[in-house]
Amino acid sequence: MVSRLKLFLPLILFAMLAITLFRGLSLDPREMPSALIDRPFPAFSLPRLNGTGLLSQADLKGQVSLLNVWATWCVACRVEHPYLKQLAQKGIPVFGLNYKDNDADAQRWLEELGDPYRFNIADHDGTLGLDLGVYGAPETYLVDAAGVIRYRHAGVLDQRVWDAVFQPLYQTLMAESGDQ
Amino acid sequence: MIPEIGHFALIIAFCLTLMLATVPAWGAWRGNATAMALAPTLAVGILVFVGISFACLASAFLQDDFSVSLVASHSNSLLPPIYKFAAVWGNHEGSLMLWALILALWTAAVALFSPQLPLLVLSRVLSVMGAIGVGFLSFSLATSNPFARLLPATPADGGDLNPLLQDPGLIIHPPLLYMGYVGFSVSFAFAIAALLGGRLDASWARWSRPWTNIAWGFLSLGIMLGSWWAYYELGWGGWWFWDPVENASFMPWLAGTALIHSLAATDKRGLFKSWTVLLAIFAFSLSLLGTFLVRSGVLTSVHAFATDPARGMFILVFLALVVGGSLTLYAFRAPAVSSRVTFAWVSRESLLLCNNVVFLVATLTVLFGTLFPLIVDALGMGKVSVGPPYFNAVFVPLMVLLVPFMGIGPVSRWKRDDVARWRSELMIPAAVAVACGFTFPLLNAPYNIWVALAVLLSSWLLLGLAQDVLRKLRNASSAARGLRRLTPGYCGMLIAHLGFAACVIGVVATSQYSLERDLRMSPGDTQELAGYQFQFVEVTQVRGPNFIADEARIVVSRDGAIVASLLPQKRRYLAGGSVMTEAAIAPGLFRDLYVAMGEPIGSDGAWAMRLHYKPLVRWMWLGAIFMAVGAFTSVFDKRYRRQRDVVPSVNKAALHGV
Repeated sequence: MVSRLKLFLPLILFAMLAITLFRGLSLDPREMPSALIDRPFPAFSLPRLNGTGLLSQADLKGQVSLLNVWATWCVACRVEHPYLKQLAQKGIPVFGLNYKDNDADAQRWLEELGDPYRFNIADHDGTLGLDLGVYGAPETYLVDAAGVIRYRHAGVLDQRVWDAVFQPLYQTLMAESGDQ
Repeated sequence: MIPEIGHFALIIAFCLTLMLATVPAWGAWRGNATAMALAPTLAVGILVFVGISFACLASAFLQDDFSVSLVASHSNSLLPPIYKFAAVWGNHEGSLMLWALILALWTAAVALFSPQLPLLVLSRVLSVMGAIGVGFLSFSLATSNPFARLLPATPADGGDLNPLLQDPGLIIHPPLLYMGYVGFSVSFAFAIAALLGGRLDASWARWSRPWTNIAWGFLSLGIMLGSWWAYYELGWGGWWFWDPVENASFMPWLAGTALIHSLAATDKRGLFKSWTVLLAIFAFSLSLLGTFLVRSGVLTSVHAFATDPARGMFILVFLALVVGGSLTLYAFRAPAVSSRVTFAWVSRESLLLCNNVVFLVATLTVLFGTLFPLIVDALGMGKVSVGPPYFNAVFVPLMVLLVPFMGIGPVSRWKRDDVARWRSELMIPAAVAVACGFTFPLLNAPYNIWVALAVLLSSWLLLGLAQDVLRKLRNASSAARGLRRLTPGYCGMLIAHLGFAACVIGVVATSQYSLERDLRMSPGDTQELAGYQFQFVEVTQVRGPNFIADEARIVVSRDGAIVASLLPQKRRYLAGGSVMTEAAIAPGLFRDLYVAMGEPIGSDGAWAMRLHYKPLVRWMWLGAIFMAVGAFTSVFDKRYRRQRDVVPSVNKAALHGV
C-alpha cells in the first residue's frame, strides 16, 4: 500500500506546480508591486559606470525622467536600445541602471550601440535592483521631479508602450512640475 | 474565399480529432474491432484536413491577402516569398497551426508505419494522440483563429515580419523544434496506452523506442538551429542565453535524453518499468509546459510574440487535464511492486541509472531556474530574476559528473559486470585520455584548465567507444565482417556519443578561447586579432528586396594570404524602419571569424566594428547534428522490425485482457 502511495507523488508535485502556474497567470509580470508606486525612489549609493564618484537617489531628482534597467547579457535590452536612443534624442532624460553586469562589457555596449543615458548606475550585485524589486531586465521606471516612482514597466519599452502609457503620464507629470 | 475554406477544413479536422479521441478508445474498452479499426483512417483524415487548412493559410501569406488579419500584421508585399512562407509560423496563431500540422503528421505516421502493432494498442495510442489534437485544435479555433479577417478596413500593405525572424535559420528552426516537441507525444501516447492496457512489459518500450529516438533527434536539430541562429543573427556571437524559451525547448530534450536511455533498459532487460513510463509522461509534459510558458506570457522573454491571459488559461487547463490525468492514471495503474528482474551494482543498468539521475537533476534544475521567478512571485515574495550564472553553476558540474560514467557505458555488460574487467578494458583509454588532457591545451598558451578538463573528458569518452569497437572487431573473424556485424542501434549510439564529445569540446573551447575586439575602424585601417589581419576596405550602400543597408567590405588575411572577404551589413528595413545588424562570418572547422558592424562614428566614414575569433564553435553544432544522425541511424535496427514474431502472443493476451 505504501508503495502505491509513492506513485501518487508525481501527481501531487504536479498539482502544486499547476497552482503556482495558475497564480502566475493572474499576476502580470509587467506589473509593478504596488508597494513602490508613488513612493520615493529607494535610497542607494552606487558607483557611476566608468566614472568617478558615487551616485545616490538625489541625482535622479529635478526633472521627470526615465530610469532604465539594462544589462549586456539581456537580449531584449538590445531590442529596446534603439528606441531609448530615440527618446533621448527627443530630450527625455533617460538614466540607466546597469544591472548585474560587468563594467567593461557595459562600456563597450554603449560605445558600439550608442549611449542614450545621462548617466549609468553600476549595480554590480543587484542590490538596488533588489530594493526596486527588479523582475528582470529590461525594466523602465518613470520618476517624477521629486524623485518619486510613478510608474514601472517590465519588458521592452517600445513605441506602442510609450504611446499607450508613458506619453500621457509623462505629459501630466511635466504639467505638474511646471505648476510648482 | 480561400481563408474560409481553410477555417472550414480546420473545423472538420477538429471534428475528426474528437472522433479519434473517443471512438477507437471506446472500441478498445468494449472490444469492438470495427471501432478500433477506424483509428488509422481517422488519423490520415486529420492529416489531410489540417494539411488543407495549413495550405490555405500559407497561400493567404504567399498571395499577400492583407484582408486576413494575421497576414496584415506579420507579412509585407516586399518580403521575399520564402519568408512569406516562413511568416506563417512567425506568430502565435500560425505557430499553433504548425503545431497542429506536425501533430497530425506524427499521428498519421504512427497509423501508417505500425503494421506490426496489435490493433488494440494502435487504437489506444491513436486515441491518446487524437485527444491531444482535440486540445490543440480547439485552442486554435477558440482563442487564436488564424483566419480572422480585417473587413472592410483592409490595409494596403502588411506590417512586416519581425526582421529578426527574416533568416534562413528561422525558416526551418520552428518546424524541426516542433517535430521534436510533438514527437514526444508519441512516446507519451504509447506510455498511456500501456497504462490503460495494464500491460507494462518490455514490448511497449520496444514499440516506442524508434519514435522517441526520431523525436529526440529532431529536437536536437531544432535546438541546434536556434543556437546557431542566435549566434549569427543577434550580432554579438552569443549562442546560448538560458532564456525561458530556450529552456522550454531544452527541458524536454534533457528529459528525452533520460527517456531514451531508460527505454533501452526497459526494452532489453524489462527494468525501470514504472520509471520509464513516468519519464515518457514527464518529457511530453515539459513540451506542453514549454508551450504554456511561451504562449501565456507568464514569463517575459524576447521570444514571446503575443501574450494573452485567456490563452494562458486555456493552455493551463489543457495542461492540467493532460498531465494531471496521465499522472492520476499512472498512480493507479503503474506496477507498484518492484520488478523481479535484478541487477548488480556493477552493471550497465547502474550506469544507465546514473545517466537518468544526472539528466533528471539537470531537467529539474533548469525547470526550477525557469520557474523560480514565478514561484517567488506567486508566494508574494517579490520579483526576482535568475540569470545565466545560476544555470552555468549547476549545469557544468552535472555534465562533468556524467562523462566518466558515459565512458564506461559502452564497454559495460548488462546484469552483472566486473570492476576488474572494466579496469583491464579501460586502463589504456584512461591513460591516453589523461595524456591528451594534459598535452592538447599546451598547443594554445596560456594553459587553460577548463579546456584540459574538457579534452580529458571527451577523449575518455571517445577512447572508451574506440576500445569497445576494437573489442567487437577482435572477436570477429575479420575486421570487415566485424564492422558489418555492428547493428544500426549500436552505430547510432556510437555516432550520438561521438557528437556529445564534440559538443563538450566545442562549448568549452569556444567559451574559453574566444577573442573579441571592439574597434573604431576607418576605411583603409587594418587591425589584428588572433594572428589574422582584418582590413576594412570600404562601405557601400546596397539594396535588398525589403531593406537598404550599409555594407562594409573587410578582407581578412593571414601571413599575407587572403583568408576571406567579409561583408557585414547594417540594414534598415523599409516596412517597420527597424535597424538590424547582419554579421558576416568566415566559418571553419577549427575557427570562425566573425565581424559585426556597430554604429557609424563621426563624419569621416569610421565605424564601430566588433571582431570575433571563435575557435571550434562549429563543433558544438556539428556535435548536435551527430547526435541527431545517431538517433536516426538507430531506428534502422532490425530489432524494431523483428517484432512480428512477438506480436501474436501479445495480441492474444491483450485481447483476453479486454
